[in-house]
Formats: sequence, structure tokens, C-alpha cells
Amino acid sequence: MIKAFVPLDSAALSVGAEEVALEIAIQAASKNLDIQIIRTGSRGMLWLEPLVEVETAAGRVGYCNVSVEAIPELMTADFLNGQAHESCIGLVEENEFLKNQDRITFARVGVIDPLSLADYESHGGLVGLRKAIEMTALDVVSQVTESGLRGRGGAGFPAGIKWHTVHNTESDQKYICCNADEGDSGTFADRMLMEGDPFTLIEGMIIAGIAVGATQGLIYVRSEYPHAIEILNRAIAIANEFGLLGSSVLGSKNVFSLEVRIGAGSYVCGEETAMLESLEGKRGMVRAKPPIPALVGLFGKPTVINNVMTLAAVPMILAQGAAAYQELGHERSRGTQVFQLAGNIKRGGIVELAFGVTLGDLVNKIGGGTFSGKPIKTVQIGGPLGAYFGTESFDVAMGYESLAQAGGMLGHGGIVVFDETANMAKQARFAMEFCAEESCGKCTPCRIGSTRGVEVIDRIVAGEDQEKNLELLEDLCEVMTDGSLCAMGGLTPMPVRSALKLFPADFGIKTGAKL
Amino acid sequence: MSNYSEESILNYLGPYKGEASAILRSLQLVQELLGYVPDTAIDLIAKNSNVSRAEVYGVFTFYSDFRSTPPASVVIKVCVAEACQASGNADLISELHDQGYDIHAGKIKDDIQMEQTFCLGNCALGPSAMVNGKPIGRATCSKIFAAAAAVTS
Repeated sequence: MIKAFVPLDSAALSVGAEEVALEIAIQAASKNLDIQIIRTGSRGMLWLEPLVEVETAAGRVGYCNVSVEAIPELMTADFLNGQAHESCIGLVEENEFLKNQDRITFARVGVIDPLSLADYESHGGLVGLRKAIEMTALDVVSQVTESGLRGRGGAGFPAGIKWHTVHNTESDQKYICCNADEGDSGTFADRMLMEGDPFTLIEGMIIAGIAVGATQGLIYVRSEYPHAIEILNRAIAIANEFGLLGSSVLGSKNVFSLEVRIGAGSYVCGEETAMLESLEGKRGMVRAKPPIPALVGLFGKPTVINNVMTLAAVPMILAQGAAAYQELGHERSRGTQVFQLAGNIKRGGIVELAFGVTLGDLVNKIGGGTFSGKPIKTVQIGGPLGAYFGTESFDVAMGYESLAQAGGMLGHGGIVVFDETANMAKQARFAMEFCAEESCGKCTPCRIGSTRGVEVIDRIVAGEDQEKNLELLEDLCEVMTDGSLCAMGGLTPMPVRSALKLFPADFGIKTGAKL
Repeated sequence: MSNYSEESILNYLGPYKGEASAILRSLQLVQELLGYVPDTAIDLIAKNSNVSRAEVYGVFTFYSDFRSTPPASVVIKVCVAEACQASGNADLISELHDQGYDIHAGKIKDDIQMEQTFCLGNCALGPSAMVNGKPIGRATCSKIFAAAAAVTS
């Protein structure tokens, strides 16, 4: 029987994967071919989508940018048996982009049918959970602590320490909340994992529950991700039916139930305390810390809040041991980071690598530079609140501390590339505008400062009292940084200041002017 | 709300009766049913969840997904965030504008409504758009209107 694999990932769907899958089925049926079309996640080589793969004796062979119109020609070339065609990229796993990656969290994404538990198990799934069930809760926490895993949502807080706090807090009810409100522009790893391998996240959350003594889990997914929501819900139903979730996890004494909750178009709900408020059905207003959610979280109960990527790293850590994960990485950034190459980039997509790779290697060597072919002007790392970097910073090693030292932050690992046509005064203005639009309104510097920020930048660009207005902008940035409860107001100055520092000419500032 | 009686809405909200924590989900449920949240539904949710109208209204106005008037048959979301800016979404937005669609105003024209959104998670294939939930990568005017036509046909 012929086996063909067509992605159901929404990035692939956005360039026609659904229509391609249907057309292959129709044409194969008209030729009476014995074929199974398996829908998978995406390999993360997004510029090649729709990427259709077929099974051959040597491995899976890929055909890139397949369109409905090209299928008759591909059928004539006998692509379903892996024969030559100009769109053939050869063995997918030997692809230059893919083969040098350290795919751990994304090991199964694009490979398996995301809704087949049998596929999941045959590719190493549930090994970590089975081990965790046999261990004491504290040993599970220790494994995560020893692995060096840090929060992948952006803050980089050691996951094991957070889990330890929740473990040690007595309560009749504790919660595991997964933050899947992936609102940062330039990031899509959470979405791709949820669409391509949801059982990894489910397994990670169950392990977290066992470790801290929580029996209830919630996944907060943004409403902009309808496909991820649908796949997660179907995966949870399958997990319930299989006994992976419920009153006896895999036949053990552990209890764990899981539910998807949907956001409603608010960026700030990706901030953990705003997310808790939203999960409680309220306006997504940020809470003051302390108390930390690990002590007083959802409905006032001790709560583990981790990002999708953090929780999805856990099954492998348990399966292969903390040391295997800890061995990878750079300085205090251990394990792998799922980088996302986005924006004006030739080869955009998922690059999972051990920390320590340089920015330049990611953007140029792996990403191939810009999509437009024009020179790179700048890259923004870590979403709308992250700093802009110029090409002179391309030797910076990607890690939490190394990026902080360079004046930026890793965030959720998204890298947005801009070519020389970008105007950085516009980008700085947008950062303030975005903050004004999405601020929850709790802190005055964020709520009002962002609107004033737009106005001040406009005056600078218009050349009005430039020196005074630059001073005012700097003062405003300082107040926002120091006077906001969360990263929304606190970090908006980061892209603004970096844009101004790197590209003063875009703001109409003459060389030599005092910044 | 012509097709839905107050009673039927309360019926749908039944599982959330007395649950103050279900305000957001109640609003989402009503919008899923009706396509928008009519003013009377705010009162019904308040009654059902046993909270004040002000609390429900506060949640309703906080989240940008909610609408107070019926949407067009086709709702097109166009991403305006950084990764799509880097991929040249300005040209797309101005072309749409030339055809009479202002994504910032969200007005309905020919039963099509355009809205801006901050990130659809398709940042390597920008400019990114979504037509009634269908993602569009490397979006152009013609791709967007073809997808819209497919919805209405």
C-alpha cells in the first residue's frame, strides 16, 4: 500500500494543503491505487509547504510547494512511489535544514498522525509518564530541576523550582495551567506542537500533575488558533477514552482531568496572572505579585503555570533522564530552544537547537537571509516586547543570559527578520501603539504612557524640539520600565530604545546628536 | 436576536447556572450561537451567573473578540503585527483600502467585514490573513477575495 503524508498544520493549510490532500485522494481513487493518506503536523520547513511526503524503502521522500494544479504531472512522474520530479527534495530527514537540528520537543511533529495514540507510543510517547508513575512525586520534581529546564514562555524561571513550591504547598486542590496564549508576533511553536503532536503536551501536563499533586489541568489557547483548539479537544477525548486521563491515569492511582479554555483576543492574557483572571471568567487584568501563583493561583489555589514548550519538554526529560537534557546547551541555558524564524526570511520555520547557536547562524546560515533578497537591516527577538538587533550583533550566542547582556531577551524564541526597507521609527511607534491597544489598563505608565509614547515619537520624527522630546521619551521609557506590574508596560520600551539607539537616522535625528 | 428567544439562550447557558467563573465562557457561547452578543444577552448572563450586569459588561468590553452587532457573512482578519509588517503587509492593507475595505474601521461592505488582528501564528508565510477561520498565507488581495467567494458560493 502507498503511504502519503500531507500536513494538516494551519501554516500548511494556509498555502493549500487541504486541497492538495483532497486532490491526491481523488486522483489516486480514479486510478484504483491502494493508498493511505496520513495527515501529519508540519516538519517546520514552512517555505516548502505544502510539503507532501511518500514512504519509500529508503525513507520518506518529500515534494515541496505542491499545488492542486501540479498533481496530474506528479502522478505521471509516479511521485507516490518516490520517483524523480523537479519539486522532489529527496529524503526529508536528510534535508540540510532538518538534519542538523536537535529535535527533542519537536521530534514527532510532522512525522506522526497527531491523533494516533498508537503512533505516539511507537515513537517514544508515554515512556516518561510510565516512569513518573513509578517514581515518588519529589523524584519527578528533582528530575525536572536537574534537567535545568527553564520557562520557555519568556521569563526563563527554573521549572523545577516552581514545581517544588507547588509540591510543598498544602491544599485540597491544585492546578496545572498551560499557557498557550501565544500572542507574540513571530512565534508559532506552541501552535505547531499542539496541532502536530498534542499528546506530548498532554503527557507533560499529567507528569506535572503527578509531581505537584494536582488533579486538574487547563490549557488556555488563544482564539486565533481554531485548528489547534480542535485538535487538542479531539486528543483529550481520545486520552480520556484510552484511560490516559481520568480517574486512573494508565491504571495507576493518579487522577488527572484536562480541559481546553479559549481566549477572546487579548494579548495581555498571555501574562500569567492576567491569564488566571481570564480563566476565572473575568477581565484579563494583571495581578500584583506577590503572592506568586505557585502559592495563590487559579481560584486562590496553588498553581503551576508553564508555557506549552516547557511542559512539552518534560516527557523527554523523564524518558531519557535529566542528564541527557542538561548536557545540551550553553551556560545557564540548558537543553534545546525551539527557535522560530519569521518575517522576511527565505527559509522560515522551526529550528530546534541546543542553546548557544549564534544569531547570525540562525538567520543567515540556516534561514538563508531575507525572502526579498535585500540585505538584512535588523531582527527582533522575543516578540513585540523584544529588542531589535543589528547585523553587528550576529555573533551573540542564543541564551537567556547572553541575550540579556546584549540588551535584549530571548522571549519565546521568535526571530523576526526585516530587510533594509524597514523604517525603525515606524517600528518604535508601533511598539507603543500596540501597548496602548493591548494594555489591560491596571498600571498608569502602561495605560497612559503608551499613548504619550506614540505622540512623543511622532514629534521627534516631525523634528519638533528634538532634543527635549528625546529626553522626554527616555524619561517615559524609564517610568514605564520601572512603574509597570508586568512585561506589557515594563518591556515595551525595549524595542523602542533599541530601535532609536541602532537607527537614529530613521527618526530624523542628525548624526552626532545626543541620545 | 429574532431567531432566539430569551428562554432558549437561558437554556443554552444552563450548564453555567450560578457560576460566576463562567462569565467569559457564557459570552463566548452566546457569540457562537448568534454571531454577536446582543445587549439583552448581557442581562441574561448576569442573571444566570448570579452577578451584576456591570461585571458581565466589563468582561464583554475587555475582549476584542466580542461584537455587539451581527457580523457580515464573511469576516476577514488581516494581521498587522511585526512579522507581517516585515513581509510587506502594508501593500496588502493599502490595496484592500483601495477596494473600499478599511481593516482598522471594521465596517461591512458587500457582506464582507475586514478586521485587523495581532498575529495569527503564521509568521513565516506572511502577510497572513484568515477568512472565516481559514488561514491564508502569503496573502494577496486576489487570494483573500477568492477565499471569501468560496465561503459565499
